[in-house]
Amino acid sequence: MNPVLSVRSVTKRFGGLTAVNGVSLDLGEGEILGIIGPNGAGKTTLFNVISGAIPPDQGEVVYGGDRIDRLAPYEIASRGLVRTFQVAKPFTGLTVLENVMVGAFLRRPEHDEAKVHARAMLERTGLDALADRPVKGLTLSARKRLELARALATDPTVLLLDEVLAGLTPTEGAEMVKVVRAIRDGGVSLLVIEHVMAAIMALSDRVAVIHHGELLAIGPPAQIAKDPTVVAAYLGEEFQIAPD
Amino acid sequence: MSKIRKLAQASSRDLMVLAIVVTILALVPFGVSRFTLSVAIAALIFALAGIGWNVLSGFAGQFSFGHAAYFGLGAYTVAVTLTKYSISPWLGLILGGLVAAVFGLLTGWISFRFGLKGAYFALATFALAEMLRLTFNTVDFVGAGIGITIPLAGGDDWARIQFEDTPSLQYWVILGLVALSTLAVIGVMKSRIGSMMLAVREDEDAASALGINPLRAKLIAIAISGFITALAGGFYTQSLLFINSDLAFGPLVSVLILLRPIIGGVGTIWGPVLGAGILSVLGEATRSLVRQPPSFLQIIEGVNGLDQVLFGLILVVVIIRAPDGVLGWFRRRRQSRPA
Repeated sequence: MNPVLSVRSVTKRFGGLTAVNGVSLDLGEGEILGIIGPNGAGKTTLFNVISGAIPPDQGEVVYGGDRIDRLAPYEIASRGLVRTFQVAKPFTGLTVLENVMVGAFLRRPEHDEAKVHARAMLERTGLDALADRPVKGLTLSARKRLELARALATDPTVLLLDEVLAGLTPTEGAEMVKVVRAIRDGGVSLLVIEHVMAAIMALSDRVAVIHHGELLAIGPPAQIAKDPTVVAAYLGEEFQIAPD
Repeated sequence: MSKIRKLAQASSRDLMVLAIVVTILALVPFGVSRFTLSVAIAALIFALAGIGWNVLSGFAGQFSFGHAAYFGLGAYTVAVTLTKYSISPWLGLILGGLVAAVFGLLTGWISFRFGLKGAYFALATFALAEMLRLTFNTVDFVGAGIGITIPLAGGDDWARIQFEDTPSLQYWVILGLVALSTLAVIGVMKSRIGSMMLAVREDEDAASALGINPLRAKLIAIAISGFITALAGGFYTQSLLFINSDLAFGPLVSVLILLRPIIGGVGTIWGPVLGAGILSVLGEATRSLVRQPPSFLQIIEGVNGLDQVLFGLILVVVIIRAPDGVLGWFRRRRQSRPA
């Protein structure tokens, strides 16, 4: 496996609380790596460290052969490692298309090119019908897809998705899983935080379990679901993988 | 060139509106008195200053309460370069714009670098304008407390932008500056830079996560904003033929500048011009009402300051009814209609 992104012994403390404790993991090229864990396990903190929102106290993050753990978020994003936010952060004063164009402009300085690309991203995420709508009044599902479309418009190499499935109906969730798979098939490697267990197990090539800031286990979904430490600490009972 | 052509296609509707508005405004001098023309010139000066303010505070979302700083730097640059070095005010306008842009970059870098936002940034801009006002009020080189008087050229003098005989020419010059600045703003807002500004205004973290450097976006905004507002200040000197530190940097100047786009519509292309039009008409209407009231209102005739009170009251009503300006009010009405 050829890692595009390596997290090496990353630790992040907030005062007396160790939110992330010595976590190491590699994201392979073209891989979907799911990260699960209970609330407060440190998943989003790990994302914040990787995307540059907060610096780690110890450890390093290596991407594209360089350490990126001291770079600003916009520098990391311009290198092709782009995140979405758990609570969608749309640009509320702009239309759906304008939102996605902000992302598209990163690699396409010309207005027309950016617009064409943004429209293509809206199509991929099933938002094309809403292009000229203001963001206000969008459903949760549309907001999540907008978050994804905007990140996708920057032509990322690695995409960090923070709970894009949470709060969606089963139908919407299934749609989203298809979209995420298609993104991977387009050559993007994905690190996906998720709460919806069935979805993450079905979606991921490998799953990492984080508990109390520590990496409890990492491996293929089938193996994780049977892992006795994971079952004891988190899943509570043997987890049944939903059939595809 | 092809870049410009593409941009023109992308903003064809704005450009059409610009052509229509400028054509209509260009006809104003043919139908009005010399007095009304001077009111219209003043309106356009503050419309221009408001166009500049709107770039930083409307589009990039960094509320400035001290745009008098840029206005004053423009005003003084024209006055000083003309009276001390005999530099044509045309060049003075450009120089003033550059001085203001550099001032914006320096002070903006310090303010934004240290994370000043919202009310704190607004206060910093206010303090900077006051600092300039007090400095220019003390330094002899710039006329200290007396100010600088621009010598009369006599007659119409294009080189010195003085049009004693044909004030319409002065009107068309400021209209030209308003048109050019609006054109520039339309271009910027359709470009990547405009998109960066809007994204930073809406959500800095989200913008940053999409590869935008928020500091860079804000600095570009403050430089463009300062340049345009300084043009207005420079022209103001030429129309008044006098400048002092209160007229250039006073807090009232900052308020007059930001009031136009706020009334017209913050963060809209046409807000500043529309707001300037509304405020001039409103100001003149209340003034003439108090000067020559209809017979049933005889009692208010000539009451000192009453026109200002009326003006203020109407303003309050407008702001309550349309907190996002007249254009914002129209947009909301359009959106609230079922599609």
